[in-house]
Amino acid sequence: MAKAELMDFDKALELFEPVLGFEVHVELNTKTKMFCGCANEFGSGANTNTCPTCLGLPGGLPQVNKKAIESSIRLGLALGCEIAEHSRFARKNYFYPDTAKNFQTSQYDDPICHDGSITIELESGRLVTVEIERAHMEDDAGKLTHMGGATGRIQGADYSLVDYNRGGVPLVEIVTQMIEGAEHDAPEIGKTYVAAIREIAKALGVSNARMEEGNVRCDANVSLRPRGSNVLGTRTETKNVNSLRSVERAVRYEIQRQAAVLASGGTITQETRHWHEDTGITSAGRPKSDADDYRYFPEPDLLPMAPSREWVEELRLTLPEPPAARRKRLQAAWGFVNLEFQDVVNSDLLDAVEATVAAGASAQAARKWWTGEIARLANAAGVAADSLVTPAQLAALIELVEAGTLTDRLARQVLEGVIAGEGTPAEVVDSRGLAVVSDDGALIAAIDAALLGQPDVLAKIRDGKVQAAGAVIGAVMKAMRGQADAARVRELVLERAATIE
Amino acid sequence: MSEITAEQVAHLAYLARIDLSPLEITSLTHDLGQIVDSIAKVSEVATADTPATSHPMPLTNVFREDVVVPSLTVEQALSGAPDRAGDKFRVPAILDEE
Repeated sequence: MAKAELMDFDKALELFEPVLGFEVHVELNTKTKMFCGCANEFGSGANTNTCPTCLGLPGGLPQVNKKAIESSIRLGLALGCEIAEHSRFARKNYFYPDTAKNFQTSQYDDPICHDGSITIELESGRLVTVEIERAHMEDDAGKLTHMGGATGRIQGADYSLVDYNRGGVPLVEIVTQMIEGAEHDAPEIGKTYVAAIREIAKALGVSNARMEEGNVRCDANVSLRPRGSNVLGTRTETKNVNSLRSVERAVRYEIQRQAAVLASGGTITQETRHWHEDTGITSAGRPKSDADDYRYFPEPDLLPMAPSREWVEELRLTLPEPPAARRKRLQAAWGFVNLEFQDVVNSDLLDAVEATVAAGASAQAARKWWTGEIARLANAAGVAADSLVTPAQLAALIELVEAGTLTDRLARQVLEGVIAGEGTPAEVVDSRGLAVVSDDGALIAAIDAALLGQPDVLAKIRDGKVQAAGAVIGAVMKAMRGQADAARVRELVLERAATIE
Repeated sequence: MSEITAEQVAHLAYLARIDLSPLEITSLTHDLGQIVDSIAKVSEVATADTPATSHPMPLTNVFREDVVVPSLTVEQALSGAPDRAGDKFRVPAILDEE
């Protein structure tokens, strides 16, 4: 794959205006699939969650999952959408082995949600309102693994393997209107918009919203319009950009690539492009089919939906506080500076910190532990920080530190014990014998032994060379296996040095 | 007579992955043209205040509760597959080398 010519980003923006559009697929976390009772589960054995309906076998008859409709309506309401009074499914026909039915059950001219908008805030403070054209329901495709070939990619593969567990899982596809006026912020708008959708889906509880598991997937449309022109450029659609950082990179890349093609007199082909996470480039995929080629038609096996206005209003009452408003409220309540707060948000630890504070910890202590030691351990183990300990466990640990039972160093050992499943922090303190030695008698005995063992140091301390005490403090801490409060030891060392015979 | 062309029929056959001989394309072009003309006659009768229907049953909102039911076993699921590798369906290469 030849590396494409790229134009400098600032130069590209001088010559062209980027026009964006995003299609974000949100996988719903219903217990079952969209049209059948097979489990909607990530990580099961291949082809263990299939049935005649989701495999498109003769005799299969789809039935709509009520919970999926409910989740779609709630998601639409949270995006400020109108909920259609009349909505139906349509077949989108295409031949590709990721669907065994040879069509995707989707929506065409009667989507369940339409005409919404969300306002996102960029790091500069700039507010951008993204208009939502529609949010429609559809079923997901199976998972293909391409085998053989030089690259392990779809190009040049010898054959492919299919697991249909994901086939039929409910999706909501959220389609924006064209986003104009993005200018230099175009890459950041992409990232921030997808982050906002993900955050809303998570707050609603309608999706697990884990991008790394493909619960939220983004297709990014980019076109360039020459400055001074009214005519839209030809767009490309970069598929499956599946991390926030990749959305930003893919938008930037397409702007730079298209600018170089157009500036050298070339033309942009309307096509889908594949994003390569490893190399950070896009490559040409199939030419985009006309909608006509999909031969959409109303799904004859499913009846139309007419969500009653009463139901819609009931669901509206279940909407949580909008995530952006919640963030503002929490930052003010916790008194975090922007950097501290962003650290929590970017680490996806807002819920964890909030729950830890609710369990009685101070906000600063909760932040310090979650974004510090716990994030470090989670990173090393390759898991999410909030899967290691519960907010209640951490709050209990913080309480022990603040009560003086544990030093920070001991608390880290207790945390390891809690993570290893040894029980609550208090139980780990007991079973590992980790509490700070607060019994002065035990400390004094160790200090006296250390001072008498190092007469030269004792002499120095008596001469007023207080910094020499460090050697004694070190010896005492070692004797106490670290379970002493160093400040208290230092006090006692100076006291004993003056009086010891 | 409608304007269904042999090219349209050939394109449609490709999209539906149906292998048609030139003779079949000719005859289907004629047949499809007649069908389109017949539908056009129905459209003449239907007035603007006749809502389009996509389903013969006057029903809406037929939903299923979100409850898991047993799936097929892997062996059952794969029993009709022309080819398999382990527990997965095996299919030919999809895109040609660029």
